[in-house]
Amino acid sequence: MSTFLGMPAPPPRSPYGTGNLRGDRAFPRAAHDELGNEQLRRNLGRATGTIRAKRLSVTGELSDWEALRDAGSAIKTDTMNRLPELLEQLERKVTERGGTVHWARDATEANAIVARLVRATGSDEVIKVKSMATQEIGLNEHLESVGITPYETDLAELIVQLADDKPSHILVPAIHRNRDEIRQIFRDHIPGVDPDLDNAPAHLAAAARGYLREKFLTTKVAVSGANFAVAETGTLAVVESEGNGRMCLTLPDTLITVMGIEKVLPRYQDLEVFLQLLPRSSTGERMNPYTSLWTGVTPGDGPQDFHLVLLDNGRTAALADALGRAALNCIRCSACLNVCPVYERTGGHAYGSTYPGPIGAVLTPQLAGMHAAKDDPNSSLPYASSLCGACFDACPVKIDIPSLLVELRHQHTEQTGVTPEKLAMKAAAAVMRRPALYAAAQKASALGRVVAGRDGTISRLPPPLSGWSDSRDTAAPPRETFRSWFSSDEGRATLRAAAAERNSDHNEEDAT
Amino acid sequence: MRIGLFATCLGDTLFPDAVKATAILLTRLGHDVVFPPGQTCCGQMHINTGYQREPVPLVRNFADGFGDASIEAVVMPSGSCAGSVRHQHRIVADRYGDATLRAGVDTVAAKTYELSELLVDVLGVTRVGAYFPHRVTYHPTCHSLRMLRVGDKPLRLLRAVEGIDLVELPGADSCCGFGGTFALKNAETSTAMLHDKTDNITATGAEVCTAGDSSCLMHIGGGLSRIRSGTRALHLARILAATRTTPDILTKASV
Ligand code: SF4
Repeated sequence: MSTFLGMPAPPPRSPYGTGNLRGDRAFPRAAHDELGNEQLRRNLGRATGTIRAKRLSVTGELSDWEALRDAGSAIKTDTMNRLPELLEQLERKVTERGGTVHWARDATEANAIVARLVRATGSDEVIKVKSMATQEIGLNEHLESVGITPYETDLAELIVQLADDKPSHILVPAIHRNRDEIRQIFRDHIPGVDPDLDNAPAHLAAAARGYLREKFLTTKVAVSGANFAVAETGTLAVVESEGNGRMCLTLPDTLITVMGIEKVLPRYQDLEVFLQLLPRSSTGERMNPYTSLWTGVTPGDGPQDFHLVLLDNGRTAALADALGRAALNCIRCSACLNVCPVYERTGGHAYGSTYPGPIGAVLTPQLAGMHAAKDDPNSSLPYASSLCGACFDACPVKIDIPSLLVELRHQHTEQTGVTPEKLAMKAAAAVMRRPALYAAAQKASALGRVVAGRDGTISRLPPPLSGWSDSRDTAAPPRETFRSWFSSDEGRATLRAAAAERNSDHNEEDAT
Repeated sequence: MRIGLFATCLGDTLFPDAVKATAILLTRLGHDVVFPPGQTCCGQMHINTGYQREPVPLVRNFADGFGDASIEAVVMPSGSCAGSVRHQHRIVADRYGDATLRAGVDTVAAKTYELSELLVDVLGVTRVGAYFPHRVTYHPTCHSLRMLRVGDKPLRLLRAVEGIDLVELPGADSCCGFGGTFALKNAETSTAMLHDKTDNITATGAEVCTAGDSSCLMHIGGGLSRIRSGTRALHLARILAATRTTPDILTKASV
């Protein structure tokens, strides 16, 4: 493609090297280590299995579940189609209600804005509500680097932060940890914790509560994400289970919300749809315990200084992709993770990004690109799926993730130069388009019989097929293809006999 | 009915027994099975691996070969190939083809069926006169289940088989881990999925695990063979084609 003056440049992706939208290893390599972790697989298998069952039971009890999904999908699609207009409306409404809106092109800008706002308050610590956006931009790391201490207040985020670990699930960030590990993390990292702390959930929660309460009451600045923002009214929404988020949203003097621009909804009424879809899809609950809504600043009640940071970080680039933009419809419920057989075995860290699982495998390459460097780990993500389609079935806003994966694979091969795989694919297509050549190739494949053992199975294949034969036998190719059988005397005789069988003893077919 | 049989590249080349069974079964039910000789491959492997330019001639070849109006229905013993024809050929035609190709693709897609769909929905039979006195478990392959939505059609066909002892497969809906080139690109993850699948299959005590896709069965059968499980992988068409007079004649591990 040639570029000339006046042609709009494609919108920028999230820049390489900032934030957490890229791991340091390709998926198969990272998955290798995770697959070796028996504990992880047991934890994940149990946790996702439980959530899956709960989700199915609570979605099954709504007679209009499918209609809700259609509504969610339609609202989101409409939102994406007029995102600029809705964002400007949101900015106007938030400003009218006493908030301040900031626009951040990428992680670096967003981090700088938040650090500046915190510094302006004179505080050197902040409490945080669990937030995907701030995890995506690496806000905690940035704040620490400029001398501000962030405290995560969501229980699971706290566990991850104390262990100097990364979240591995959108909704259950510490899904890869079990209770014994959590007890150990608390004993090692919470100052003054009871050294005899056991692994009972209530005791673990109490230990965290004691630690957090002090932070809630003494910290003057909070940072949150947002599940939704309503353009019509300027209202922000956070949905959570523990109430720690509500503490952050109401107790401090200053509240800074960092939100991806795709989270906006047109109308207040739209919340009705999403507040049904989200909890049922994510935790399998009919309603989440805490839904906090706030609109700008209310004198005398809650934070008196409110800032909304609207984050792009590759989102307009995703929006510009006619087919791929559907990924922006995601409401981060994590239903797709919980049903994904690949996620279930490998866990979230194998994906290298804040967004793991099926949606991560499409969203991450869209936000951050696949070719910022040679062997970009993100280019392995669209292939981290067997295309089984369970994610599409589970998604409350009907994002066709398998088709998006196939589309991204195509975009990837179009962007890369000549590879051995591409040559093989071209060669295969060249043979398969010519029936005569194809029939000759089929005959040659029967030569595979010579490598088969006496029992007719092949148990060792050369690379790149060795990945197959490491765990699977292969039957020797048959002597004869179907097409040659079909036109052979034997084939014709067999089919004649089959036809005769019908004529002699029927009609068997009934209307069962 | 005049039915065009698409053998699929995998079926034609490596697992002809499943295709033979399909032809025999439909012939026995009184239909005229035709095999357009120019057929090769539907291009699914290319598309799913990320190549949409290369399969354009394959898509055209398929539409040309089966476009003939005298072919009333097109059948293939493969849910994933049927899924590709019905859902993916359109994408390729729109991107790299022309309006003629798109029209051809639409015409053929509208009459393309996976075997159980053809039998139950089009031909209106569930009792096909099969006899198969074995303990069998059924794995619904992902593309049949979620791309084609075949639902319980294969099970209805199996339940009507005389002598069969059909046992439920735990975790049946979970992917077996095949996924085409996924099995090579992410061999270890694929293997982890396969192990859970073969564990579930052997737990049923079935002699045979059946499905509507030779590709998934190649994967599952390869895994069962490696662990020396006594269970064989066998295509659904072969069970449905087996009768008292002609039992499943076919050899071990040939899907
Ligand atoms: S893609 Fe769909 S299922 Fe997955 S997290 Fe997003 S909304 Fe939920």
